[in-house]
Amino acid sequence: MTMACVSTEGLGLDGRRFNQMRSSSHQTLETRMRPILMKGHERPLTFLRYNRDGDLLFSCAKDHTPTLWLADNGERLGTYGGHNGAVWCCDVSRDSSRLVTGSADQTAKLWDVKSGKQLFTFNFGSSARSVDFSVGDHLAVITTDHFMGVSSAIHVKRIAEDPQDQVGDSVLVLQSPDRKKKINRAVWGPLNQTIVSGGEDTVIRIWDTETGKLLKQSDEEVGHKEAITSLCKAADDSHFLTGSHDKTAKACLWDMRTLTLIKSYTTVVPVNAVAMSPLLNHVVLGGGQDASAVTTTDHRAGKFEAKFYDTILEEEIGGVKGHFGPINALAFNPDGKSFSSGGEDGYVRLHHFDSNYFNIKI
Amino acid sequence: MEVVDIDARAAKLGINWSQVNFDSIQLPPGEDFGIESDDEAVYHDDQSEFDTGFGNIIVVDHLPVVPKEKFEKLEGVVKKIYNQLGVIKENGLWMPVDPDTKMTLGYCFIEFNTPQEAQNAKEKSHGYKLDKSHIFAVNMFDDFDRLMNVREEWEPPQARPYVPGENLQKWLTDDKARDQLVIRSGPDTEVYWNDARQKKPEPVHKRPYWTESYVQWSPLGTYLVTLHKQGAAVWGGADTFTRLMRYQHSMVKLVDFSPGEKYLVTYHSQEPSNPRDASKVEIKVFDVRTGRMMRDFKGSADEFSIGGPGGVAGASWPVFRWAGGKDDKYFAKLSKNTISVYETETFSLIDKKSMKVDNVVDICWSPTDSILSLFVPEQGGGNQPAKVALVQIPSKVELRQKNLFSVSDCKMYWQSSGEYLAVKVDRYTKTKKSTYSGFELFRIKERDIPIEVLELDNKNDKIIAFAWEPKGHRFAVIHGDQPRPDVSFYSMKTAQNTGRVSKLATLKAKQANALFWSPTGKYIILAGLKGFNGQLEFFNVDELETMATAEHFMATDIEWDPTGRYVATAVTSVHEMENGFTIWSFNGIEIYRILKDHFFQLAWRPRPPSFLTAEKEEEIAKNLKKYSKKYEAEDQDVSLLLSEQDREKRKALKEEWEKWVMQWNSLHEEEKLARQNLRDGEVSDVEEDEYEAKEVEFEDLIDVTEEIVQESM
Repeated sequence: MTMACVSTEGLGLDGRRFNQMRSSSHQTLETRMRPILMKGHERPLTFLRYNRDGDLLFSCAKDHTPTLWLADNGERLGTYGGHNGAVWCCDVSRDSSRLVTGSADQTAKLWDVKSGKQLFTFNFGSSARSVDFSVGDHLAVITTDHFMGVSSAIHVKRIAEDPQDQVGDSVLVLQSPDRKKKINRAVWGPLNQTIVSGGEDTVIRIWDTETGKLLKQSDEEVGHKEAITSLCKAADDSHFLTGSHDKTAKACLWDMRTLTLIKSYTTVVPVNAVAMSPLLNHVVLGGGQDASAVTTTDHRAGKFEAKFYDTILEEEIGGVKGHFGPINALAFNPDGKSFSSGGEDGYVRLHHFDSNYFNIKI
Repeated sequence: MEVVDIDARAAKLGINWSQVNFDSIQLPPGEDFGIESDDEAVYHDDQSEFDTGFGNIIVVDHLPVVPKEKFEKLEGVVKKIYNQLGVIKENGLWMPVDPDTKMTLGYCFIEFNTPQEAQNAKEKSHGYKLDKSHIFAVNMFDDFDRLMNVREEWEPPQARPYVPGENLQKWLTDDKARDQLVIRSGPDTEVYWNDARQKKPEPVHKRPYWTESYVQWSPLGTYLVTLHKQGAAVWGGADTFTRLMRYQHSMVKLVDFSPGEKYLVTYHSQEPSNPRDASKVEIKVFDVRTGRMMRDFKGSADEFSIGGPGGVAGASWPVFRWAGGKDDKYFAKLSKNTISVYETETFSLIDKKSMKVDNVVDICWSPTDSILSLFVPEQGGGNQPAKVALVQIPSKVELRQKNLFSVSDCKMYWQSSGEYLAVKVDRYTKTKKSTYSGFELFRIKERDIPIEVLELDNKNDKIIAFAWEPKGHRFAVIHGDQPRPDVSFYSMKTAQNTGRVSKLATLKAKQANALFWSPTGKYIILAGLKGFNGQLEFFNVDELETMATAEHFMATDIEWDPTGRYVATAVTSVHEMENGFTIWSFNGIEIYRILKDHFFQLAWRPRPPSFLTAEKEEEIAKNLKKYSKKYEAEDQDVSLLLSEQDREKRKALKEEWEKWVMQWNSLHEEEKLARQNLRDGEVSDVEEDEYEAKEVEFEDLIDVTEEIVQESM
């Protein structure tokens, strides 16, 4: 794998090369049974995101540089240098032109995907935990942690068409009742009318984006019992999946409009990451024993497996092993034919499903 | 609640303090305002007595009645007895005399320096035989006072109407012939039917905080015992678990049943305040059905143990070992240089005295007969050989003994029907630097109890585990070096000769460190627990073939159900992850798996022995096909039903999901326009043919250099 295009300066990407590689990747599409190991990060992975076309994969890690990979063969295209802290989350616009990243350096940055240029920096008083573009990419929701008297909050920013016009003001700021708990994830609901958030206080909340009012929150009985670590929504914004550290380490599937619990999937280890297949009725849970306990036990005890469940029957189908640390990030390619996982071990593993996968009967 | 809180609360409820007339409020009478406390401790406090100041006085009854002339002599005798047990206060002995006849009244009062001494004297001298017709009856003065009070107010107890007891064996009549098991996880204790046909357990009873430490089945499965601060309780009954009896013993730590479940032994030990002292131990023996305490034993831990090397305190449980058989006739205690055997008719020592055996370190009852095997290690640096002996109880006759030379340790294993005793003997090699092991095999049921010596093929092999086949004549040994030891099977019979031991087979290099025979014999699980991560091999010893190998990752416990049909393997909370249990069939097919966080314990409910005679059992085994037909049909019905139910369930789930998807799709469709607007008019959603992948080729001339290539010759 070439490292030539990676520079530690801000301009990690060369536009022409980018185009070249993007187009050429379509030719080399073929099924690969073996996972592709992508070693580009020096610290644990935190987040993975495919663009809409499914040809690019963005990865965030605790080292300070989000990285762009070719989703097909795992070639590293470049990095986005400029953050000065762990990068927690990212999102890419529908047309794959803009990237937004949230980092522990108390900023969220807007990037030009192609050139790797920093377009704008949103400054906060605390670490930016999650970012999500709205439908139409004119808005972004960014959550921030509590820090030194600053309470955790959800910020809505307007994203200008022209980066020159970009301003840092928040259109809306929402605060959850428990201000000392991190909001690990916030995403837009259907038609940008709502924002769905979940975090350490175990409650899933739906907010009205017009008024900033709390519309619904999950019931203690049916909801999670411990910190919600991940949240992933369906392509059509109709439902979403949350993963949590609770005792049964379960993931729950909710209706996005009514916040009705539809399904729950139980596993034995804390869940750090969840993903839904856009193609089949499969959900994937990733996680594993707490990283601090890993070295003291057998490697198999950690259960660093990406586990597949049947969405409807809530039954386990199988698992994909490989990481030697907990899985922190999972993402499905929008075509549903491959998925990637990022671990505490610093690797991104890219899996192209073989044909057997599409014929699983349970 | 603070005043501020109260005000806030009042404001919330709309109460204006100025309008409240406190005098008009009438509280219900009584200390507790009519609210009964549910704290049991409160009631216990009521019962506790105040120190009346006579705690150091005892009353000794059943003294001889003597005339004045012999008064002095009697006084001297009594003093002599009690001076050994404590310090009698000056003028502390008072023997009343009948003023008319000048005869003593047959009792006396003794005042000790401390209540502890008095208590001790009472316990030690109660039942003391002065002579044949004078057996002391000793009471505390305080108790005596209380007993007198009671007598004055005595009323005939009301005869309670007879209530027929519940059928305590109802669980055995289950029409599906299932077995029960109890599990503890988190705060809950649950009893389940193991419904292997349905591939899931069926709940019977669940109760949070049922016990404060652990639960245990009685040996025949009739009772489930729970431990509490106040004592132990047994539960059982026809349908649900109701409390049948309680046994008061505060801070009870351990319990044990006699094999016929007539008696329950409870144990409590208290750490000494001074670490150099031995801890105090109290053991009580209860009659299970009546709840009556039959005998209690108190003392320092040293009296209940042989005191390991370096004077490690604490008794090894069970302190009292019960003789085999259902009669529950004898139990034995091992302490330094003595074996005390008690019989349950009077709860006193057989022949009123213990057996003195110097340096005895281990005793073991035959599981069926009242024969005790004991082991005495080498003495005097090898001058006196070590000894294994069999002693008949109650006669205390030594049936057989064998001296063993240069022995470092012995372990005794009885076969479950008491026919054989295997003694694993660790001997020093000539250099005394290492040990090697062999077996001495006793044939108890044969004349003169012949002993046979068995050495392993490679006699330097370490023996890792040993297990007799239940009710059988075979045994299995794991021997050799970790990590891949060998497993060998031996039989006490050979084809030609029933009196010779023979090797059946050796399995090489197995990942096993524990052996679990099926309770019916024939099948065995070779298990690799702990270091081997829960490797399981299901082995048929009749055919000498492996039926299945499996793994229950990190398994810590394995237990066969009492019928030998199923096996439970469990990961208990010694591990953090994947707590729970798995049920397997005897031949190693996983039936179901249940995950429970903080899983502490799993125990099958034992069954009493079968009423079938051995001949009948054999007959059934022979004609098994005939008998099993009915069950096979049932099995098939159930499996059909199951798959039917499963299909139904799946269908319902699918339909439900379809409904959601339909709803989502229609909403998605409805919102299409709105979404389009949000996307600045981009016709959004469905996307396939929207764009094509264009192939663009770039050719860049970066640099042109000319080089002269020199041909090298």
